[in-house]
Amino acid sequence: MTAFSAKRKISSFAMLAVGIVCIIFSLALDCMGLKFFIDLGNGNLDIRGGILIVGILLTIAGIYLFPTLKYHRAIVYGLFLFPLLATFLVTVIIPLFFGIGYSFTDWDGIRVRNVVGFENYLRMFRQPGFIWSILVTFLFVFFNVILVNLIGFLLALLCTTKIKALGFFRASYFLPNLIGGIVLGYIWKFIFSSVLTNLLATKSMLSETPTALAAIVIVYIWQYGGYIMLIYITGLTGVQADTLEAASIDGASPCQLLTKIKIPMIAPTITICTFLTLTSAFKQFDVNLAMTNGAGSVSDFMGSYITNGTEMLALNIYSTAISQNQYALSQAKAVLFFIILAVVSIIQVRTSNKKEVTL
Amino acid sequence: MNRTPKKSVLAVQTVIAIVVALYILFPFYMVCVNSAKSTTSITNDPVGLAGASFQQLVSNITGVIHNTHFNFWRAFGSSVLITVLSTGLLILFGAMAAWVISRNQSKKWAAFIYFTFIASMIIPFQVVMLPLVATFRDVGKFVGISMIQSIPGIVFAYLGFGGAMTVFILTGFIKGIPYELEEAAAIDGCAPEQIFFQIIFPLLKPVIMTVTILNGMWIWNDFLLPSMMLGLAGDHKTIPVAVQSFIGSYVTEWNMIMAAALLAIIPMIVFFLFGQKQIVQGMIDGAVKG
Repeated sequence: MTAFSAKRKISSFAMLAVGIVCIIFSLALDCMGLKFFIDLGNGNLDIRGGILIVGILLTIAGIYLFPTLKYHRAIVYGLFLFPLLATFLVTVIIPLFFGIGYSFTDWDGIRVRNVVGFENYLRMFRQPGFIWSILVTFLFVFFNVILVNLIGFLLALLCTTKIKALGFFRASYFLPNLIGGIVLGYIWKFIFSSVLTNLLATKSMLSETPTALAAIVIVYIWQYGGYIMLIYITGLTGVQADTLEAASIDGASPCQLLTKIKIPMIAPTITICTFLTLTSAFKQFDVNLAMTNGAGSVSDFMGSYITNGTEMLALNIYSTAISQNQYALSQAKAVLFFIILAVVSIIQVRTSNKKEVTL
Repeated sequence: MNRTPKKSVLAVQTVIAIVVALYILFPFYMVCVNSAKSTTSITNDPVGLAGASFQQLVSNITGVIHNTHFNFWRAFGSSVLITVLSTGLLILFGAMAAWVISRNQSKKWAAFIYFTFIASMIIPFQVVMLPLVATFRDVGKFVGISMIQSIPGIVFAYLGFGGAMTVFILTGFIKGIPYELEEAAAIDGCAPEQIFFQIIFPLLKPVIMTVTILNGMWIWNDFLLPSMMLGLAGDHKTIPVAVQSFIGSYVTEWNMIMAAALLAIIPMIVFFLFGQKQIVQGMIDGAVKG
């Protein structure tokens, strides 16, 4: 071990010293409002950030080379955790707490003037459009979870039979899942508004609120069915062939095989799929934005006319902030969205755990 | 299950499978056909091949590629850069963190970090997106590195958001690697960082495949985060953001929109054709373990 060689000691201390000086220097420049430029001839380059990065890297190297045997393991552990924890803290934890805090103020995206308490929360429940969004989201989630799981399961049964070219069918059913919601949303918007109207000579499904919602469900199933199918296939192939054979020798019909053996045995898979579809359906945003952008009129909901008939919660939160510029209100809605998602996931995990135990 | 099913049953199943496949592939066919038509032939007949020509396809595509809102090659470059950097760093940092967590399982701080990561997976992006942009703007000003509308900034954000899932999957895998392996190396005089990089990291290959595919597909197709961080009119755009900002300016010309969609889906399809097995396996593993 060279932990105590003079060279290592010197380099460690030198790096630490220079690194810390660099960090302090670059941050001090900011606090004093100074800019440190390099003249490139055609424009100035602010190298304050560069100095900071060099400082951090030197400090890390200095800590790593720190001449100790006793604490070397602890130092390595700390350095290994540092990058992910730092990014996680800055991108998730700090904004989460700020976000919850901002929902109680009149934040406009830049500064906070007053603390308004629960004003935002009361205001959002006075918006019929928002209540409608919540209801539509729950309806959408309900239909999606049932239909996607049902269709995914049926496709999985189809793809575990002995038909030819199974690989091709599986791959093509899965294909839509590769494509982002924005792109496929526009593709389907085209199909609903130009192709189907031409083929069937009817009005576009997207022009009426109820049919537009049905259209979004159809697209969602198209996108997600293949993925859920794949997971069910894994579950079904895990069911032992000899169990099935024993049952069929005992005289079980194919229908009994399915309901009495296959479905109970893939209960964990059903849990996984329900959880996946539940959370992703709640967070549905891209397809909603691309296909209808929330448009759709409802003539009388809670005594008022609303124009966001197909707008789901995630999109409502987005447009409250981006189009209507009401950041604090949007933030309060987002906090409610978070609470709904947390409650739903906890209930879902609890109930399916209980079911699995009793099986 | 050695019985061979009846021919009639098999025929019915095959027919159903073909019908479903036609339904699922129909939109892809629509994209291909209609990106090779002019606006008038789309209005006349959106389904058939009439009016589709290679010349029209080329002119539509060149029109889209050079559109200032779309700028395909630039968007493609940004998308590749962001996806590769984010997934690569996520794997390296994720594996490092997961190793430390799984080797200190019994300690309270490691359990706390692990629990925080897991719990954070239910946080929807909507609840952090507005303060995130504000924080990044302020932090960027403070440290002198632009964090919004910049590629380092968005990679940083993906590290934060992808970290939880990556650590979760990797920790599950590392717990299964026998500890004796590390003990033997330590007795032979291996330092902890050497144990990780020379023994543990190479063993992670199969699970790294899974994590790469899950993160890569998510980051490549993600719209909301880049649209907030990079902006619809910013300097850098990923492909989904470019598609959105392009269509925002071209609402009615379906042939152009279809050409844009075609360009946007080609990279993913090509990728799928080459790595179909790995992608399918990765998506299944991610769901089953996640």
